[in-house]
Amino acid sequence: MAKNMDPKKCPMPVQEPEIRKNNFDEVALGYTYEMALKEAQRCLNCKNKPCRSACPVSIDIPSFIERIVNEDMEGAYEIISQSSSLPAVCGRVCPQERQCESRCVRGIKGESVGIGRLERFVADYHREHSKNAPKKPESNGHKVAIIGSGPSGLTAAGDLAKMGYKVTVYEALHLAGGVLVYGIPEFRLPKIIVQKEIDNLKNIGVDIETNMVIGKVLTVDELFDMGNEAIYIGTGAGLPRFMNIPGESLKGVYSANEYLTRINLMKAYKDGAKTPISHGKNVAVVGGGNVAMDAARCAKRMGAENVYIVYRRGMNELPARKEEVEHAQEEDIIFRTLTNPVEILGDESGMVNGIRCIEMELGEPDASGRRSPVEKPGSEFSIEVDTVIMAIGTSPNPLIRSTTPGLDTNKKGCIVTDGENGLTSREGVYAGGDAVTGAATVILAMGAGKAAAKAIDEYIKNKG
Amino acid sequence: MYRIVKKKSLNPTVSLMEIEAPLIAKKAEPGQFIIFRAKEDSERIPLTIADYDREKGTVTIIYQIVGGSTMELDTLNEGESLQDFVGPLGKPSETEGLKKVAVIGGGVGCAIAYPIAKKLHNMGCEVHSVAGFRNKDLVILEDEFKKVSDELHIMTDDGSYGKKGLVTNALEELIRNGNQYDEVIAIGPLVMMKFVCLLTKKYDIKTIVSMNPIMIDGTGMCGGCRLTVGGKTRFACVDGPDFDGHQVDFDEAMHRGTMYRDFESHARESACNLMKQGEDKNG
Ligand SMILES: Cc1cc2nc3c(=O)[nH]c(=O)nc-3n(C[C@H](O)[C@H](O)[C@H](O)COP(=O)(O)OP(=O)(O)OC[C@H]3O[C@@H](n4cnc5c(N)ncnc54)[C@H](O)[C@@H]3O)c2cc1C
Ligand SMILES: Cc1cc2nc3c(=O)[nH]c(=O)nc-3n(C[C@H](O)[C@H](O)[C@H](O)COP(=O)(O)OP(=O)(O)OC[C@H]3O[C@@H](n4cnc5c(N)ncnc54)[C@H](O)[C@@H]3O)c2cc1C
Ligand code: SF4
Ligand code: FES
Repeated sequence: MAKNMDPKKCPMPVQEPEIRKNNFDEVALGYTYEMALKEAQRCLNCKNKPCRSACPVSIDIPSFIERIVNEDMEGAYEIISQSSSLPAVCGRVCPQERQCESRCVRGIKGESVGIGRLERFVADYHREHSKNAPKKPESNGHKVAIIGSGPSGLTAAGDLAKMGYKVTVYEALHLAGGVLVYGIPEFRLPKIIVQKEIDNLKNIGVDIETNMVIGKVLTVDELFDMGNEAIYIGTGAGLPRFMNIPGESLKGVYSANEYLTRINLMKAYKDGAKTPISHGKNVAVVGGGNVAMDAARCAKRMGAENVYIVYRRGMNELPARKEEVEHAQEEDIIFRTLTNPVEILGDESGMVNGIRCIEMELGEPDASGRRSPVEKPGSEFSIEVDTVIMAIGTSPNPLIRSTTPGLDTNKKGCIVTDGENGLTSREGVYAGGDAVTGAATVILAMGAGKAAAKAIDEYIKNKG
Repeated sequence: MYRIVKKKSLNPTVSLMEIEAPLIAKKAEPGQFIIFRAKEDSERIPLTIADYDREKGTVTIIYQIVGGSTMELDTLNEGESLQDFVGPLGKPSETEGLKKVAVIGGGVGCAIAYPIAKKLHNMGCEVHSVAGFRNKDLVILEDEFKKVSDELHIMTDDGSYGKKGLVTNALEELIRNGNQYDEVIAIGPLVMMKFVCLLTKKYDIKTIVSMNPIMIDGTGMCGGCRLTVGGKTRFACVDGPDFDGHQVDFDEAMHRGTMYRDFESHARESACNLMKQGEDKNG
């Protein structure tokens, strides 16, 4: 078949900024069948597969793209499934420009192949067309418990269930899905996609127990007493950090987690929702990652006139996915980069009425080679805002580490594991995802769950 | 599901429910709380575990109807179930080594104070309880407190029951009469706890308060429950709810507690209207 030598990616249809600013429907609409074929034909099927080596879970990218070219969509899905359990999610939220697409040969003289967009297409096509309901695997008589139902826990659960284990997932919240349901907003990741993944797990026999805070209602040791032979901890890094600047306790200051949880998990964006949220007119979001972009774009959709991203480094250093930054700019989010807050200002009733910032410049590279921002003396200024959302990072919560004797954690509260397979300092206890790495990405959490499932299987089999 | 096995009204705005939740009942300790959602689309609301029966596998909650969510809870009856019920959350109250304690409860705060008083009593500690209410109609848990207290002083704002005055009046009198307390435990409205702390600071008596800020998840994920204790940011759901009262920034907590007042008064009005409609239909 003829190659498509267009230097540019086939664009993906999106909702127009002026319209999507006012709704929570998905922004990026995905390729049509024809677009996917056209984009797939841009791939050169390179022998050395540079893209694959830059994929955290080594998806055989050229092979799945080749199947698309041959219009074998199920075949493409099967290839991706060998390495990834959540392609519909990862196709939407992976930072492809820093992973597979950064090494794509087509990217040297033009734009890389739209690998993420193709992955998403394959997964969506499968979800909409596949008729084979997953079969319940034959039981092997062994029990495993998974703590946390984010991408990491769900992946470990799925892989183990397919091997025949009786798997129970324990989730603290009333809904399974982790950050995929309480953090990442509907307009970027429709909740129905996550729900479908969870339904699939239930169909193959995974038990999901919500409202179970492990460390409180049951401990890791009690899970062993209940007959589980191994345990996987995928509890994420949900504990929000604050800056410890004056004014952070004023009314109208949120952690991004609180703001996003009220909107996504508790559906505060819907009319008649029972969970309240502030409808700020002028909103400052502190931080520059995906979390900050999500909070800013939610604030816009909740009716804010001016939404500022306040970030201490420059535009080029923003850690968020490139597409999210572009979408945020199109939605008129105002970027105040090289700017750091020094104080949140309030009125006499304790409501936020401004944020005092200082300008920054990038100084000499530090030991890690990153140029660290330094304050410009005397450059303080204020922005008038009524809501401030702190999106400056999170760390693991203490619920498991404080109740599991012998479980080693590091200074940051992350669980220490041995190498790739996720084994912790406790026999039979494995961990992965943000609980181990600190806040990272869906694909890494997914990959850790996969690796641990394999290790758990070997451990239980060798135990005899 | 979490079935309501018993429902009882304690006063016109305060009711008790005993809920089937065997795993929580097995682990619960005084000072801990649960978060419930009454129905599929309800808010997540924290309530203290007022009592538990490990054998029966039940947990008792006592709630004051103050707004939309507590009204919604109150529409459920014996035999029906709550949508979600998660716990036990928070740290248990520390009671080790206490020999003589004054337990101060204000209003529905008495429901939170009662399990602690009971535990102290059962471990052989001398308990002096002071329970304050606005008036006679609002008095709750009198018999329960009597059973677990060496002395019980009931105070009402208007003198319609017990003694007229505030709980701080009663506490100060007890202290002045020469009672030496290892600790004072004060649970009630923020203003009450603030003034108890000012008083005990004067007499240099360690004071524990139970903080009830706005919460969502109860696992340390949202930070909505944060407060300043000893100059540091703490999360009430995982670091508390009990804190050293002399270190708590009460004024800040009072400000934060009013964050959603407008929204809530709307919710309350619409819920009231719903209740009125319900009454019309029934009546
Ligand atoms: C707003 C936001 C946007 C993001 N955007 C992106 C993106 O675009 N691309 C990307 O790759 N990554 C993104 N991330 C990061 C990504 O979501 C995380 O790295 C990933 O979800 C981590 O997965 P996990 O399974 O380790 O943990 P989580 O998804 O955090 O799930 C952990 C689960 O464990 C539960 N839990 C915690 N403690 C207990 C306990 N004691 N008992 C029982 N259950 C417990 C939690 O309630 C939660 O459901 C984003 C994160 C956020 C917050
Ligand atoms: C750890 C903890 C334990 C609690 N234990 C109990 C208990 O055992 N029994 C009980 O009746 N209540 C208890 N509360 C308070 C209870 O959670 C609130 O009364 C409830 O959230 C009100 O919800 P609502 O929708 O009915 O009222 P809303 O409409 O939300 O509020 C109505 C009014 O109550 C005020 N209010 C809202 N939330 C709180 C709060 N957390 N504390 C004080 N005032 C508030 C509002 O400012 C408003 O004036 C506890 C709270 C916490 C955090
Ligand atoms: S590097 Fe790009 S062109 Fe080469 S195989 Fe991978 S996706 Fe195709
Ligand atoms: S209730 Fe969310 S962190 Fe405490």
